[in-house]
Amino acid sequence: MALAIRPHRASGGLLPDQRAELLLGALVCAVLLFVLALVVFVFREAWPSFAHNGLHWFGTGGNPDQQIQAIFTSTDLLRKPVYTFHAWPIVWATLLCTVGAVCLSFVAALFVAVFVVEFAPEWIRRILEPVVRLLASVPSVIFGLLGVLVLVPFIGQHVITDGNRRSVAYLVSLSGYSLLAGVLILSLMIAPLMIAVFSDGLRSVPRGWLEGSLGLGINRWRTFWKIGVRTARPALVAGTVLATARALGETVMLAMVTGGVAFAPNPSDGLIFFVEPTRPLAATILQTAEELSSPPMRHTIFAMAAVLLFSAAMLSLVGWAAKQPMKKYGVRA
Amino acid sequence: MSAVAPPAPPAAPRRSARDSSASWRWTDRLGLAFAWALGLLFLTVTAAIVLYMFVQGIRYVRPELFVTHPAAGVSEKASGGFLDPLLGTVIVALMAMVIAFPIGLGVGVWLSEYGNPSWLARLTESTIEMLAGSPSIVFALFGTLIFDQGALAFLSRTNDGVVYGRSFFAAAAMLSLIALPLIVANVREGLQAIPGHVREASYAVGKTRIATTRRVLLPAARPSVVTGAMLGVGRIIGDTSIIVVLLGATLRFNGANSIPLLGTLSGTGSTLTTFVYENAPTGEINQPEKAFAAGFVLLLMVLALNFAVDIAARRGRRWR
Repeated sequence: MALAIRPHRASGGLLPDQRAELLLGALVCAVLLFVLALVVFVFREAWPSFAHNGLHWFGTGGNPDQQIQAIFTSTDLLRKPVYTFHAWPIVWATLLCTVGAVCLSFVAALFVAVFVVEFAPEWIRRILEPVVRLLASVPSVIFGLLGVLVLVPFIGQHVITDGNRRSVAYLVSLSGYSLLAGVLILSLMIAPLMIAVFSDGLRSVPRGWLEGSLGLGINRWRTFWKIGVRTARPALVAGTVLATARALGETVMLAMVTGGVAFAPNPSDGLIFFVEPTRPLAATILQTAEELSSPPMRHTIFAMAAVLLFSAAMLSLVGWAAKQPMKKYGVRA
Repeated sequence: MSAVAPPAPPAAPRRSARDSSASWRWTDRLGLAFAWALGLLFLTVTAAIVLYMFVQGIRYVRPELFVTHPAAGVSEKASGGFLDPLLGTVIVALMAMVIAFPIGLGVGVWLSEYGNPSWLARLTESTIEMLAGSPSIVFALFGTLIFDQGALAFLSRTNDGVVYGRSFFAAAAMLSLIALPLIVANVREGLQAIPGHVREASYAVGKTRIATTRRVLLPAARPSVVTGAMLGVGRIIGDTSIIVVLLGATLRFNGANSIPLLGTLSGTGSTLTTFVYENAPTGEINQPEKAFAAGFVLLLMVLALNFAVDIAARRGRRWR
């Protein structure tokens, strides 16, 4: 019976190792199914709102705040549910905040990353690196609090003049809660993220390439700018995508400082454009979340969430595509 | 990293007169000046924020705030402290980590050590990445869908058959989703940093793969695992929107029933983040001094976590 001596088999004829692999695989599948359920259910709840509005959902027409009010109250007296919702001011606010903050902090983060990696003296670098990590982990509500108590009053008192206030008084009241405050703080919040990814990419540029350029007598700035930054381009894209996703999903800080009215800032107002109040998608969801109890309102809120989720998914697709050429250099971002 | 100098002797970059920027073209000098200016500006702004929070925090934090329940009051004196939000933050972080840590560890181990079939591994990777990029408010909304199902009524308050769906359970379950990508990424990175010969040595003495992972790889990767867990905790205690939507953001703990622990956990409450949110001038309570005090405590917690992550990361340099 010597042949019968085999490793102890668990139930179902599996070795412990195989059982562990199956168990972990099942866990992974469960997580995937959960995320799939999340996506499916969010879109299913969102569907009625899209179905009733079609592409006009993204269009202009009317005031979204009044529409939200109408949608919310439409089920009170057992009337027909109302779904009319034209979210352009909210979508426009989201675009403005995200693009504005990303552009602003891209430039800043690129220069700071170059500075950290190549030009900063040792002691500044030793301070800057932990500072970047610290700033990335400060909760957004603290940024919001500082914005509300410091930046917003400053804008309200020193940037906005009485003439400005009078000139748009028939449309909207300017109080300092503004697009400008939102964009400034948002760019401060996403800059550390960008700096971290950018400096990782810049550090992994092969030294030989830089030294070759220096050997040809090209100065350090030009060498690093033309060769280092250009080689790290995929890292720049990856960091920007990451930061854009964060900016898009930023909720609490923007709900606090942008003013909380669904107003579309109008570029033809000149400089007043920057200090007009607004409210992006995520902040709108947060402020209307108490109205989930009314079915048409719930569908509308989920429609906004679906737009956010779709944009986030598209962004991570772009990020994935941008990462492909980086593998050539062995860069992991 | 002394950039241009040869890497072997860690000499400082050569800064001879010829290397100075005086001879550069003006555009290059402008670029360098810009980099310096922005780097210093970034430092100044961060220092200003941290200092401002510290000054305001030290001005308004009183020891009794930590032990008084919050109360609905119209003045800073009458509105109590932040005992409940502080406990809420701890409870929520613990509960969410109890859910997220084992799952994150399992997924990370599977991705790094098994990853078979490879299409599933790639799908998992991109899904986790998508989770990391998704706004937390979407998770919060999904949470309301799950937790007002009748089957899960025991996890929150019920009123005439209508399930309220807001409780510590609901909030913690959804908060675990935002910690999950961080844990997975760090576990995976830690495991992959271990050289292959360590695994081979373990296989050679007859250990199975799972035993190798448990007895050799995970202990070796512990610093990264700890880092991931702490980053996850940092993300959880900093989140506001899930708490606002799924915890009800009531001032005090508002138990669903009178069972000691379960009643509280299936009831509503608040955390420091929502306390700050509600006490800011835009919130419903508007007591900025309380907001500063609570924000300061929150910032201290985040700082402490950051510090701990630094220590863990320093201990993790073993394989490099």
